[in-house]
Amino acid sequence: MWHWLHRLQRLLHEHFVRWALRVPTPEPTPITLVQRRVYVLPTRVGLAFAVALITIFLGAVNYNLSLGHALVFWLAGLGIVTILHTFRNLVQLTLRPGRCPPVFAGDLASFDLLLENTRRDARINLQLSFAGEAPVEIDLPAHTTNTATLTLPTTQRGWLALPRVTIATTWPLGLVRAWSYIAPDMRCLVYPAPARNAPPLPWSGEAFQGASNVGQGADDFAGLRHHQLTDPPRHVAWKAAARQDDGKLQTKLFSGQSAQELWLDWEAAPSTLTTEQRIACLTRWLLDADTAGLHWGLRLPTLRLAPAQGAAHRAAGLQTLALYALPPVTTNHGTS
Amino acid sequence: MARLDRPVSRRQSQWLLLAAVTAFAPLATHMPVWLAVFAGAAFVWRGWIIQRGGRLPPRWLLVLLVIAGSLGVFFEYRSLFGRTPGIALLLIFLSLKLMELRAPRDAVVTVLLCYFLILGQFLFTQTILTACVTCLAVVITTAALLAANNDRPTIKQQFEHAGRLLLQALPFMLLLFVLFPRVNGPLWGLPEDRRTALSGLTDAMAPGTIAQLSQSDAIAFRVAFTGAFKGIAPAQSSLYWRGLVMPDFDGRTWRVSQTREAYTTPPYAEESRHSKPIDYELTLEPHGKRWLFALESPTTLPAESGLTRDYQLLSRQPVRSRMRYTQRAVPDIQKGLTDPPEVLQESLALPKNSNPRTRAIAISWRQRHGDNDAAILQAAEDFFSRQLLRYTLNPPLTGSDSVDEFLFDNKRGFCEHFASAFAFALRAAGVPARVVAGYQGGEINPVDGFLVVRQYDAHAWTEVWLSKQGWVRVDPTAIAAPRRIDSSLATAIPANETLPFLARNDMAWLKAIRYQIDAVTNGWNQWVLGYDPQRQRDLLTRLGLDADWRNMTALLTILCGASLLLLTGWVLRQRERIDPVRRAWQRFTAKLAKRGIVWQPWEGPDTLAARAASQLPAHATKIHAIARSYARLRYAAHPPSKGLVELNQSIRDLSL
Repeated sequence: MWHWLHRLQRLLHEHFVRWALRVPTPEPTPITLVQRRVYVLPTRVGLAFAVALITIFLGAVNYNLSLGHALVFWLAGLGIVTILHTFRNLVQLTLRPGRCPPVFAGDLASFDLLLENTRRDARINLQLSFAGEAPVEIDLPAHTTNTATLTLPTTQRGWLALPRVTIATTWPLGLVRAWSYIAPDMRCLVYPAPARNAPPLPWSGEAFQGASNVGQGADDFAGLRHHQLTDPPRHVAWKAAARQDDGKLQTKLFSGQSAQELWLDWEAAPSTLTTEQRIACLTRWLLDADTAGLHWGLRLPTLRLAPAQGAAHRAAGLQTLALYALPPVTTNHGTS
Repeated sequence: MARLDRPVSRRQSQWLLLAAVTAFAPLATHMPVWLAVFAGAAFVWRGWIIQRGGRLPPRWLLVLLVIAGSLGVFFEYRSLFGRTPGIALLLIFLSLKLMELRAPRDAVVTVLLCYFLILGQFLFTQTILTACVTCLAVVITTAALLAANNDRPTIKQQFEHAGRLLLQALPFMLLLFVLFPRVNGPLWGLPEDRRTALSGLTDAMAPGTIAQLSQSDAIAFRVAFTGAFKGIAPAQSSLYWRGLVMPDFDGRTWRVSQTREAYTTPPYAEESRHSKPIDYELTLEPHGKRWLFALESPTTLPAESGLTRDYQLLSRQPVRSRMRYTQRAVPDIQKGLTDPPEVLQESLALPKNSNPRTRAIAISWRQRHGDNDAAILQAAEDFFSRQLLRYTLNPPLTGSDSVDEFLFDNKRGFCEHFASAFAFALRAAGVPARVVAGYQGGEINPVDGFLVVRQYDAHAWTEVWLSKQGWVRVDPTAIAAPRRIDSSLATAIPANETLPFLARNDMAWLKAIRYQIDAVTNGWNQWVLGYDPQRQRDLLTRLGLDADWRNMTALLTILCGASLLLLTGWVLRQRERIDPVRRAWQRFTAKLAKRGIVWQPWEGPDTLAARAASQLPAHATKIHAIARSYARLRYAAHPPSKGLVELNQSIRDLSL
C-alpha cells in the first residue's frame, strides 16, 4: 500500500519536474532562468512563521491590541516581500556549462557550471544539487560569474550526461524557497577503470615493428639538449640541473625513443577476459606505455589508432577505449 | 527542503541573543523580580559562553530549569494561562532556548519566540514610545533571522537589509491595518489577571478621597464635542460628568449602593424645554471599574451598558482598556419623579446620634417651612453661604462628627466635605439627598480641540429630590468657591497650595508644549489604538465606501495586489542591465541569425565577420566594418568617443 503510494508520489513528482523544466532536454546553453520556470513555495520555516502569525493575530484580536494588529500585519507584509526577494535572488540568472575534465570510472566526475549574475545586486546562497543529493552553495556578487562544481560518482565508462540539476534558494529569510530545474547539454567522458592486475605490456610478435635493438634501445641515453616546455618532465636531466649554476634545465635524449613502437592489441589480452575486462586491461597497458614514454598504437577489432605519444594521443586512446562498443550517446535526463 | 544542516555559528548566536535581550528588556519591569533575574542571568550566561567559549549546558539541566521555571510561574500566578503567566512562560522558554542553539531550527524558534514577546509588550503598554521601541525590536529580530540564513554580512549591512525589507513591508502593513476587517475581541474569555491599581474615583467617598485625586494630572477621559457644540464647548459650569451615585452614608463615608443595571434604555422621555442637546464622543481611559461618565442626562446608552435605579451609568464589564462611546445629553430632563419609595427612603437614611448641631439646624428648617422641600433647600443653601466656608485642598482632619466640625468649627474643606455636609443636612431635614461623584469641567486642548478631563477635575456634588422636579443637582462647592465651577481648580484654591503642574496657570509655554504632546497622544489613541470596527466603518463610509467586510476584502485584495505588482515591477526593472555595446552586438548577431548565420559563443568578432562575409559577399565591407568597430569599442585601450553611435548607425544601415 505504502509502496504504491510512494511510487505514485515519485511518478507525480517526475511529471511535475518534466513539466516544470518547460524545455526539451538537454536544453541549449546559456540557460537564463526566466520567470516562468522559477517556482516559489513556502518552506517548513515559512509555514511555522505563518502559524506564529495566526497565533499573534488571535492574541491581538482577543486582547484588542491595536499595535498587535500592526505587528502581525507588518510581519505578514514581510512574508509577502520575502517571496519577491527570494524569487528575485534566482530569476534572470544565467548558467553555462564550464569545464568537465574526463575521469576514470570509479572517480568523481566534476561538472563546472558557470553562473553569471548580470545584476547590480548580489545573489546569495544559491544551492545547486542533483535530486536527493546534498547541495553545493555559492554566492554571486554583483556583475560576476562564479563557478559551481557539482560532483557525481562514476561507475562505468562512456559519456556521463549531467543529470537534471535543481537550483534553489531560500535567501533572505528562509521562509520561502524559489527553485528551478536545469538540464544543460553537458557530458563528462568517463575513461574505463584500468585493470588492477593486468598482464605485462605485450612485448611480443608484431609489437616491435621497425625496432632494431630489441630490449635495449628504449632507454639508451643519447645526449642532452636545452629543455623545451613541451618535453615530458621525466626526461629532464635533474642531476645535471642540480649541478648547473644558471638553473637552466636540460632534456635527456634517448636513442631508441623514436624507433620503438608498441602495439596494444585487443587480441594480445588474455582470451579468457570479457569485453569490459579486456578494455580494463588495455587501459592499464595504455597508461603504463604512456608513463614509460613509449610510442604506442592501439588496435581494437573495429578500429586502430596509429602509434604516437604525448598527452593528446593518450587522451585519444583513452577516449577510444571509453567509447568502444557503446551505443551512440543518449542523454539520461529524466531517468535519474 | 534542502537546507544545509550546519550548526548555529557564533555570529548567529550573537544576533539571536541581541534579539532576545531587545524583546525582553521592555518586559522586565512587568515580570516578577525572580523571573527578570532568571532571564537576565540566562542572557548573561549565554553571552559569556559566546564570548569566552565553553560548552552549552546539557539538555537534562535545561529540562530541569524549564520545569522549575514553569512551577515558579504557576506559584506566582496560580495559573499557566492568561496573559501575564503566558508571557512569563514564553520568557522562560526564550531564555533557555538560547542555551540550546544547535541546529538552524533552534534559531528559527528563537526568532519566533522573540516576535511573540514583542506582542507581549502590548499587553502592558501601547504608547508611541512603546511603538518606537518595538520597531527597533522587530528590526533586530528580523536581522537575526537574516543572520540565521546568511551570517556573512556585517552588522551594519544586516541592519540595512532588515530595514529595507521591513520598509517594503510597510505599505502592506498600512493597507492591512486600515482595511483588514476588524473583529471585536475578546474571542475567548479573558482570565482575570491581578492588576495594578489604576488611579481614579472609587466607589466610596470619605473626607480626603477627592482631594487626593487633585494631586494627579493623569487623564480620566477625553471628549470631542460634535453636532451643535462642535468647536465650541459648552460652558465650563455646565460640564458635570456624572459618575457614581452614593446614597449610602455611615457617618463618615458615602458609598455606592446600586450595582445592578435596572434600565437598558433611559427611563425618561427625550424632551427638552429650553436647552440644546449636547452631542459628544467620550474616550475613557481604563480605570478597572464598571462605571462610565456622562453629562446629564444621557438619552442613549453606550453598548453593553445600563442605568442603575439611581441613574448611574454602568458598563457590563469593568473598563480594562480604553473605551469610546458617543453620547447625546439633554441637560434639563426631569428624572426621578416616579422613583420607587425604597430609593427615596435610602436617600433619607442617616446614622443615629451623629453631628447633633447640623441635625438641630436642619430640623429648624423643616419646622419653619413645613412641607415645602424647595424652601428647605433654599434655606440650606443660604446657611452654607452664611457660614463663610473656605475651599481648600488641605482641610484639617475631622473626628467622628465630621459634618459638625466642618460646618461650625474649622469651616474649611474640599468638595467632598461640602457635598457630604450638604447631603447630610438635607437628609436631617427630611429631604431625600445623595452625593454624586464624577468630574467637573475639563480643559480644551487648543491643538486638537479635545476637552481633556484629568483626575484633578474630580468633584463631588449632591442631588436633591423635590416632589415637582424629581432629582435636582445642587453643588454646594459653588456656594463657597464659584470659580471652581466656572473656571478651574487653580483659580479656586489659595495660591500657596500645591497643585500638579498641568493644573496650574503659570508657565504658559511649557503648557503649550504639553498641549502638543497631548494632542499627538490623543491622535494616536483615537486613530491607532482606538481603530476598532466602528472607526473602520466610519472611515470607509467617509471615503464613500459601503463598509461591509466583502467590500473591504475586495478593496484590500486590489490594493495589496497593486502594491505587489509595483514591487514586482521593481524586481523586473532591475533584472538586466546589459551595456549598450553588447546590446548593439546582440542586434547585429540577431540580424545575421535571420540569414542563417548563427553566432557561436566562441567566435570572436573577426571570425564571425569572416564567416558572414564569405556567405554574404554583398555585405562583406559593412560586416567587417561593424566587427572592427565593435572590437575597438570592446577591446581598444582608448575606445573612440563616438564609436557607439557609429556602431549603432552602421548596424541599423545593414539591411540583409
